[in-house]
Amino acid sequence: MAEKEIIDNIEGEYKYGFTSDIETDAIGKGLSEEVIRIISAKKEEPEWMLERRLAAFRHWQTMKLPTWAHLDIPEIDFQDIIYYAAPKTRKKLGSMDEVDPELKRTFDKLGIPLEEQMALAGVAVDAVMDSVSVKTTFRETLAEKGIIFCSISEAIKEYPELIKKYLGKVVPHTDNFYAALNAAVFSDGSFCYIPKGVRCPMELSTYFRINAEGTGQFERTLLVADEGSYVSYLEGCTAPQRDENQLHAAVVEIIVEKDAEVKYSTVQNWYPGDKDGKGGIYNFVTKRGMCRENARLSWTQVETGSAITWKYPSCVLLGDNSVGEFYSVAMTNNYQQADTGTKMIHIGRNTRSRIVSKGISAGKSQNAYRGLVRVAKGAENARNYSQCDSLLIGDKCGAHTFPEIDSHNPTAVLEHEATTSKISEEQLFYCNQRGLSTEDAVGLIVNGYAREVLAKLPMEFAVEAQKLLAISLEGSVG
Amino acid sequence: MLSVKNLCASIGEKQILRGINLEVRAGEVHAIMGPNGSGKSTLASVLAGNEKFTVTDGSVEFMGRNLLELSIEDRARMGLFLGFQYPVEIPGVTMANFMKMAVNEHRKFRGEEPLAAGEFLRMMREKSAVVELDSKLTNRAVNEGFSGGEKKKNEIFQMAMLEPKLAVLDETDSGLDIDALRIVATGVTKLHTAENATVVITHYQRLLDYIVPDYVHVLYKGRIIYTGDKTLALKLEKEGYDWLINDYKE
Repeated sequence: MAEKEIIDNIEGEYKYGFTSDIETDAIGKGLSEEVIRIISAKKEEPEWMLERRLAAFRHWQTMKLPTWAHLDIPEIDFQDIIYYAAPKTRKKLGSMDEVDPELKRTFDKLGIPLEEQMALAGVAVDAVMDSVSVKTTFRETLAEKGIIFCSISEAIKEYPELIKKYLGKVVPHTDNFYAALNAAVFSDGSFCYIPKGVRCPMELSTYFRINAEGTGQFERTLLVADEGSYVSYLEGCTAPQRDENQLHAAVVEIIVEKDAEVKYSTVQNWYPGDKDGKGGIYNFVTKRGMCRENARLSWTQVETGSAITWKYPSCVLLGDNSVGEFYSVAMTNNYQQADTGTKMIHIGRNTRSRIVSKGISAGKSQNAYRGLVRVAKGAENARNYSQCDSLLIGDKCGAHTFPEIDSHNPTAVLEHEATTSKISEEQLFYCNQRGLSTEDAVGLIVNGYAREVLAKLPMEFAVEAQKLLAISLEGSVG
Repeated sequence: MLSVKNLCASIGEKQILRGINLEVRAGEVHAIMGPNGSGKSTLASVLAGNEKFTVTDGSVEFMGRNLLELSIEDRARMGLFLGFQYPVEIPGVTMANFMKMAVNEHRKFRGEEPLAAGEFLRMMREKSAVVELDSKLTNRAVNEGFSGGEKKKNEIFQMAMLEPKLAVLDETDSGLDIDALRIVATGVTKLHTAENATVVITHYQRLLDYIVPDYVHVLYKGRIIYTGDKTLALKLEKEGYDWLINDYKE
């Protein structure tokens, strides 16, 4: 198999690239205090929320775009973006049957089971279309256990005490440029609260979809697992195929109280742009969780989409004996760029963390792992194990690793392993000889390479992610 | 079944096969022997379609088709199986998963439905018994961490699963201890029928004690210089190749 042919064949078709013809209620382009007031008013928010947004906006105006990532980011005109777009609702929705049929078809196309299938799948879904949360399923079932799962806009109105207590606690608006922007303009997202000692009986799930043209999407997710509780949470994302670049700047905050456990899985499949690098989502996301004593937070991500990904789901291991995990598969093809990784901040004693990162680069893409393991002075007996593997397909792509270790305690034990490999012609010949096409062979080899991470996903999503990896590599090999 | 005429092939500038002629009919077993570097493995690779080699002349007909214009996978799906001398490892891909894809690709090619999971598992169990392959190995990644013997057994297991028309086994006996050799060789014999054919490439007569060949060919410097019956292998074992190749030495 010639190297060239291997490369020529990777250019998969994006199958979520449709747009839906839904009337949207959008405001004009641009960002100002006035726009923020409009967003807040449209969402009928209390005064304190507006004040928080304005504070974030004022701070954002003093900040500069971060440039440290290994990314080539075209200039973004923040005044050329629509900051609020919502599917127009004809009237207040009483039941599922009243959801706009076109919107329902969109979610059907995405394979999101909004209705009866939900019961079978045992998944509760909050679907966010453009900027607003469309429908949250299974609320009643969850409510029996005292679990709150709703859109963040509703939570602001209905559970102001919880929101005031937790929002911005792990990711304050001063954290970084995109977090500040999000804090100012976020339009919706999900809120989840698991009460003390409750094991959430089903997977909770959020689907994000950008539909309207020229809009940015800024969701805010806040997840609180109270003492001794457990929840597994999944988010998925898709967007239509457009020639323009669209901005997505989300913030996810997780609070894992004493003895609680949270698993947060992401399958990110925003439109990556076409094979010439035209269009695609700019994905600048801040995700961070804080663990109290004996708490455990596990991030699993499968990143195949977006033109640019800038994302570092992190764990602040505040409490003694807390555990943080990060499992990642990041795949880039054509002209995609990804700079992704994690931060493990060890503050408590006997804290442990584990990082398994699998990068896959194909086409002319650039894929970077960036990680920080920090051990604070008081973090006696902290342990970290990091493994960063890169798989290269073809010879025009790049894989980069930027691991940083910053230890202030001599009792810390930190391990780092890294490998770089290529799919060999011998492997492809072997698979071909057994009757597999080269494309299937590459999909198989890549899935084998990523298996350790995919195994961490909930079963039904692992299958989905496997298919996604194979699809995203379509055309990479000949 | 297989008709090779004047096959010439090279790697880069180097000519390796210099006019191979070979006829294989259903039900036959052929052994190809010869000193190191004479082109035995190259012949196997070229038949399978390995693109490292360039065919410079000649023709190959397989099951009535021009083999040389088919892709590697189509050759395989038509029933050409290559038992590798050095099977590669594919980390993270389980044997079960790998075989399921392979078997179903073969079935699709023949216009058959994919096998149901239960049927497939039954088939895996049945076929792994042919070569006494520990069925636990089918849950491990393809050839990863397999011993030399296990890798070779695994090749024959795959042959059993795919039921090829023509199996070309490239030094399947190399690196095997006596017990493993017996198991692998008996496995191959069990799979032999009147409808299929086997070409074994080997250095040693001992394999042919189990897999009794109808023809033994001696390959030297890219040509088949001599063909005999099974007694030829015994003679070669005793006397070496000198008496045959003297005429061809420069």
